[in-house]
Amino acid sequence: MATTSVMGGVVKRREDPALIQGLGKYTDDFAPVGTLRVAFLRSPVARARITRLDTSRAKEIPGVVAVYTHDDVAHLGPLLAQVPVGKLRPLLAAGEVNHVGEAIAMVVAEDRYIAQDAVEAIEVDFDELPAVIDLRKAASDEVVIHEELGSNVLHTWTYHGYWEALGLEDQTPQVDEAMQREDAVVVSLDMVNQRLIPVAIEPRSVLAEYEPGYGRLTVHSSTQVPHALAGAIATQLEMSIRDVRVVAPEVGGGFGCKLNVYNDEILVAWASRELGRPVKWTETRREAAGATIHGRGWVATATLVGTRDGQFLGYKLEGIADMGAYSQNFTVAIPLLGLWIASGQYKMPVSWTVDCVVTNTMTTDAYRGAGRPEAIYYLERIIDAYAREIGMDPIEVREKNFWQPEEFPATLGCGFALDSGDYAAATQRLKEIADYEGLKRRRDEARAEGRLVGIGVGSYVEVCGFGPAVLADIGFSWSAYGLPSSFNGSGLVRVNPDGTATVIIGTGPSGQGHQTAWAQIVSDGLGIPLDDIRVHHGDSATSPMGIGTFGSRSLAVDGTATFAATEAVREKAAKIAAKLLEAAPEDIVFADGGAHVAGSPDRGVDWKAIAQAAYQGHTLPEGVDSGLEETIIHTPGNATWPFGTHLAMVEVDPDTGDVELLEYYAVDDCGNQVNPMIVNGQVHGGIAQGVGQALFEDAYYDQDGNLLTGSLVDYPIPTAADLPSFQLSHTVTPTPVNPMGVKGIGEAGTIGSAHTVVNAVVDALEPLGVKHVDMPLRPRKVWAAIQEARA
Amino acid sequence: MTVNGQPVSAEVEPRTLLVHFLREDLRLTGTHVGCETGYCGACTVHVDGEPVKSCTMFAVQADGANVTTIEGIASNGDLHPVQEGFWERHGLQCGYCTPGMIMSSVALLSKNDRPSEEEIRHGIEGNLCRCTGYHNIVQAVQFAAARMRGEEPPAADWEGGE
Repeated sequence: MATTSVMGGVVKRREDPALIQGLGKYTDDFAPVGTLRVAFLRSPVARARITRLDTSRAKEIPGVVAVYTHDDVAHLGPLLAQVPVGKLRPLLAAGEVNHVGEAIAMVVAEDRYIAQDAVEAIEVDFDELPAVIDLRKAASDEVVIHEELGSNVLHTWTYHGYWEALGLEDQTPQVDEAMQREDAVVVSLDMVNQRLIPVAIEPRSVLAEYEPGYGRLTVHSSTQVPHALAGAIATQLEMSIRDVRVVAPEVGGGFGCKLNVYNDEILVAWASRELGRPVKWTETRREAAGATIHGRGWVATATLVGTRDGQFLGYKLEGIADMGAYSQNFTVAIPLLGLWIASGQYKMPVSWTVDCVVTNTMTTDAYRGAGRPEAIYYLERIIDAYAREIGMDPIEVREKNFWQPEEFPATLGCGFALDSGDYAAATQRLKEIADYEGLKRRRDEARAEGRLVGIGVGSYVEVCGFGPAVLADIGFSWSAYGLPSSFNGSGLVRVNPDGTATVIIGTGPSGQGHQTAWAQIVSDGLGIPLDDIRVHHGDSATSPMGIGTFGSRSLAVDGTATFAATEAVREKAAKIAAKLLEAAPEDIVFADGGAHVAGSPDRGVDWKAIAQAAYQGHTLPEGVDSGLEETIIHTPGNATWPFGTHLAMVEVDPDTGDVELLEYYAVDDCGNQVNPMIVNGQVHGGIAQGVGQALFEDAYYDQDGNLLTGSLVDYPIPTAADLPSFQLSHTVTPTPVNPMGVKGIGEAGTIGSAHTVVNAVVDALEPLGVKHVDMPLRPRKVWAAIQEARA
Repeated sequence: MTVNGQPVSAEVEPRTLLVHFLREDLRLTGTHVGCETGYCGACTVHVDGEPVKSCTMFAVQADGANVTTIEGIASNGDLHPVQEGFWERHGLQCGYCTPGMIMSSVALLSKNDRPSEEEIRHGIEGNLCRCTGYHNIVQAVQFAAARMRGEEPPAADWEGGE
């Protein structure tokens, strides 16, 4: 990779001027003339048969254009899922409802207020059935929610059996044997990794415009996956993808919840085609809380076995993961992402079993980290419990068991290979920036004064940059939407006749700064100034085939494609410049907005002259075609495996149980960095989300299936006053998987932080003898643990 | 009412929220809706100089008032120092909370030109951001505060090799 200051340097974001002036355009900001508005009638009960549904009064309200129920849309089938294990979601409730918030009827009206009035005029009666909410009860099949499935357990993932074709060895006997050793220390904990609501601050929104004269459908949506949504709409509406254009304009945060395709997106597109008018729906916050996917939702028992002197001998996890009522995009596959990193940064045999069960709640799917924060949480919490048991420093015990730099690529028991890493180096860096020994002294001094101060550490490795095409063999692909190979990424690089560059990529951001990072890649490769480059994204009609932003993949996949397209343009331009300069192509150097002959900076041409020659055609060297544009579609060979170690210092108020996060340190390694400013920003936000899970957030259904946390008042995400500033550093271990050596950073902060904070709180409570408190560590729960310990 | 210095008048239903009036009647779409309960702050505007969550106010309640939205705080094409701070210190990612966050920050600095980190954090705690973890928003407000006092802003914490 070239090493100019453009690549790897801090460059202010090119997307910001519009956004800071209120001039950015999000989906709800678009309002074509005559746009109709949609509102949904949603179920107030968790499980029931619908015995009567009468929309006649709603239809009579002036300004109401249509009211649709299941019978109107049954022919479209249920909402498609990539992993169709479980019951698929009907577009509108099919005679029964299975969670609070399920869409029963859809109103289309001249404005939002009329649509809401009409929803309230729909009459519906229910014959209620017992709801199943508790995960262990669901797994017992005492009440089977979807009788036709025969069981609430949809699937069981095991470490060795998840992919039979690999013929993996079952390591369970090794782990069990280790537990029988005379010198074995066995530590076990039951822990909850609670259900979360993603809370993108921009509610989801979709605007569809069908043009009958052209047979063409244009859909704006707040989505992370414009190409996938185009494929989904085309498939469900029996259109060709050629006639469906999806545009993701500014997207106000995604965090995984906008990587699903939703029934509302299909219904709005269908209604626009039915009515021949633009139709728009924007969710309310209550709908965002109860009808947009949730994440996490696991209960599990984690067991670690090791020797008295800190050598791990094996790890076992037995868990249940909540799928919710219906399976959507990747629902049942999410635990698999955790399985691949079940052993974290450590070398040891693993036994890992997770049951996927149905409950009468909203569907779960990918939320920032998706399966990985859950897996790492259990592992890193039980490591701390083990360290405490044998009386060893928690960092030292981790260091004793890391994979060593010379062991990479390190093949795991689950068949994948960690690409590159130096776990000890990142941990060493953490000890330096946090002054670990000094921190421990400060903690001990505080303890001597009777204060409850604790330090927690946690390491992680994650898997991202999806993904290798081989994943399709286990059903991990986008084939349900007619996109068999769409773990691809893409990049188009065009030098325009005026010497500027246009870049079009197959992924679309939701805050990650693609316009800046991609301009840096192209500027670095061609020597075209950043101000002369514009990056387009998020339009399925104009972007080369890609898929979207999720799983920390954009840079590693679409970035690699763009890097390769840039190289191809440079190679061609070198031939053209060589002819113009009467030199050999291999002697051409690109810098400062043009090309010159190596060693003779005055023998040069600017990009405009090269582009003019390229498009003019008749002066080109032999064998070189007209134009100056290249498109690369890239499928990676392996995933990438970023890693890091975090540290938190907390103080617990013994009288109230309130936890204050005093200090937070993080060392993350995402390989090479294109823009360190953006990397830091991703880590900051990720940490905040992990802290949110550790301390505040809980998507809570009562046993009747009522969502008690349907607003931001009941579902508190962290505010500025809840957090300290973060102290970050990085190590750089480039990946060999792609030429830029980049791994991905979008999810790292979240995967690294929840267990770190909980470990710190448990450390703070250690003098009282508390060994575990389940998240979220709200004051009441911590206070109760203190009282119990003192009793 | 007056919006961003321009007089505007319209007939609206009594139940029309101020934020819907701004966004849909005036097409000032920089003011965003995040929660409809006054909790997230994405809809923050200034009404007679005070920060107000425009999803909790009816348009008719602002009759005769002087309203400033995010579109109205730059002057003659020059960014407001708070806008500049958010750009310089990477105080935004997806940008959705940003207009409200900027409006609250402007209000904070109009009352306190030298806020401590704690005062900044409490001053913007009525505005939720899910992307930044607030770290760089604090830096952005500190940058703006220094600029507005005519001082050199503190260095960014990614400068100097980190």
